[in-house]
Amino acid sequence: MNHAIRADKFLLDADRTTWHDETLWFVREKRDRAVYAVPEFQELRELASQIKDHTLSRLDLYLQEFEAAAQANGVHVHWAADAAEHNAIILDLIRQQGATRIVKSKSMLTEECHLNPYLIQHGIEVVDTDLGERIIQFREEAPSHIVLPAIHLKKEDVGDTFHLHLGTEKGESDPQLLTEAARQHLRAKFLAGQVAISGVNFAVAETGGVVVCTNEGNADLGVNLAAVHIACMGIEKLIPRLTDLGVFTRLLARSATGQPVTTYTSHFTKPAAGKEMHIVIVDNGRTQQLGRPDFRASLKCIRCGACMNTCPVYRRSGGHSYDFTVPGPIGAILSPNIDMKKHRSLPFASTLCGSCTDVCPVKIDIHTQLYKWRQVLGEAGEIPASKKWSMKFMGRLLASARVYGLSGQFARQALRLLPHGLTHAASFNAWAVARELPEPPKQSFREWYQQQPKSVPQPQTPQVTV
Amino acid sequence: MKVALFVPCYIDQFYPQVGVATLQLLEKLGVQAHFPAQQTCCGQPLANSGCEREALPIYKHFVNTFQDYDYIVAPSGSCVYHVRKHFDKLDQTDEVQHVRGAAYDLIDFISTVLKVETLRGAFPHKVGLHLSCHGQRGLHQANESEMTPVRDGQLRRLLASLDGIELTELSRNDECCGFGGTFCVSEAGISARMGQDRVADHVRHGTQVLTGSDMSCLMHLEGIVRRAQLPIRVMHAAEILNGLTA
Ligand code: SF4
Repeated sequence: MNHAIRADKFLLDADRTTWHDETLWFVREKRDRAVYAVPEFQELRELASQIKDHTLSRLDLYLQEFEAAAQANGVHVHWAADAAEHNAIILDLIRQQGATRIVKSKSMLTEECHLNPYLIQHGIEVVDTDLGERIIQFREEAPSHIVLPAIHLKKEDVGDTFHLHLGTEKGESDPQLLTEAARQHLRAKFLAGQVAISGVNFAVAETGGVVVCTNEGNADLGVNLAAVHIACMGIEKLIPRLTDLGVFTRLLARSATGQPVTTYTSHFTKPAAGKEMHIVIVDNGRTQQLGRPDFRASLKCIRCGACMNTCPVYRRSGGHSYDFTVPGPIGAILSPNIDMKKHRSLPFASTLCGSCTDVCPVKIDIHTQLYKWRQVLGEAGEIPASKKWSMKFMGRLLASARVYGLSGQFARQALRLLPHGLTHAASFNAWAVARELPEPPKQSFREWYQQQPKSVPQPQTPQVTV
Repeated sequence: MKVALFVPCYIDQFYPQVGVATLQLLEKLGVQAHFPAQQTCCGQPLANSGCEREALPIYKHFVNTFQDYDYIVAPSGSCVYHVRKHFDKLDQTDEVQHVRGAAYDLIDFISTVLKVETLRGAFPHKVGLHLSCHGQRGLHQANESEMTPVRDGQLRRLLASLDGIELTELSRNDECCGFGGTFCVSEAGISARMGQDRVADHVRHGTQVLTGSDMSCLMHLEGIVRRAQLPIRVMHAAEILNGLTA
């Protein structure tokens, strides 16, 4: 199923679409205000972009430096080539502890690896402790946004979900009350958690430590209560030095939600006395992307979600229309790397307006990469054959002025002569579903031009009246 | 100064008056532009669809057609952006590089090359500006809201210099209209919804005349305005600027 079809489903509920669009636009505007207030914001972006470019250019060295430093801190480091390895390592660690109850704070990487279903299948209880994540976990849905995982749901939807799973009053939709119910519920889970799993926002090569940014403090609570902490990170999360971190924390929260900084920026460097800390470093397709020069820069992403909030397509089609862990513009670049066939429609789910590129705090040339993916897909035969043939035909037609002129005349004639019901039939004219076709003029410009007396002053200008 | 007029294919066929207005406006500003008759299209629809290779003959035809001119002026920012940015797929001969650098959007040409910032004349209407993404973010013809709260741009300045004109302030000043070339067909549902939202923003803020310097966005918006039978007139900026009484 392609993006357009899934998007059309979302669009059917016009009010929800409006609400979704406006909610995310509100976040985008908050981001704008936070950004305008920092005069050096564009320089910060440039600096962050350069730090990331530099890190990616010698990622192998920084990974080794990071591993050595982490080990020196008493942290166990594991390497996973793909999702299956990542999941197996984690299950193994949990079993070694004889644990069955896991608390997990937000991590898009574990989503990408489908860790939850895997662990549940193996008899482990996994509780997502981020509020949004917990809501969609109850509903057995995927996150629809990387920062606001349940943004596709209204508070009424959350009320229904909590009524079903937490026994709140039917019809309750007061956010205060619902949050309180979740808090009570999660408190019990935190206390019972034996192993805490977290994601990683930044991994510092120099110190071997990892940094986790949350607004709810749930990562800290989980890690501090459990005996074992497992942090999962993609290889691209590295930054070289601790002094680089400030550049990114200043950019991340502002770009994500318009906050100056996330409420909690937690550093985990070594295990507490008597406890264990593990870091799982995952590739899962990232070195392949690193090997594609046109798309390498996509690995600079710090997962702020700003490109989603600004994307006029995402705002109206919802995150699930992308059918990929990371939706929106950046997801449309990352996904064909993983599975070109399955995600072939995503690079086309964009008008290439470029707003994503302009908000991206690490200056990823997102819309340029989308354009480039289209060419890769075209060359790989992953665009519909009918489209390919009509483009071949158009290529010939438009390379010759004579053929082009004749076809233009023919098309305009046809438009004028055919009945409106036929030219605007929704079944074979997608344009006309919501739009009128242009009214065909009698003359094309070139026909008009040919009739003008040559090297004689142009005719009197007609006055424009409205 | 040898100036060629490039009238993109859809303007040639559906909006000849925009080509005429462009030609006449240039003339009023002292530029006699030529229209090379063998011109067709810039190839953007194909490349946008992932068929860059199929578009190469069109690119070559474009370069052959325009290589002898100092400037190539078009009333459509997205075509100009395409020539400048995506003709990198051709061998970068002197001709190709020249054509890429010489291609200008009409308003950009007026502002940057002719250095005209104000025009004398009147247009006593409430005018809503549609900033095309390719012109604004691609060719930097206007400030981006992602970067700065300051609203400024070439067309805004030109229009603001007219007597009696009132420019609409929108809730979302520079949001994409949803045209996106072949996107308008391959993602017809989203494209329509984006266009409807865009038009609604103008309606809410009282736009009487909707204008811009990229006819492709305007074609899409006009289709929506006419389908909904809204009391908005859609005009290319060249038509407004050309209709001035000097
Ligand atoms: S691509 Fe840029 S804007 Fe999008 S999530 Fe990543 S860092 Fe943020």
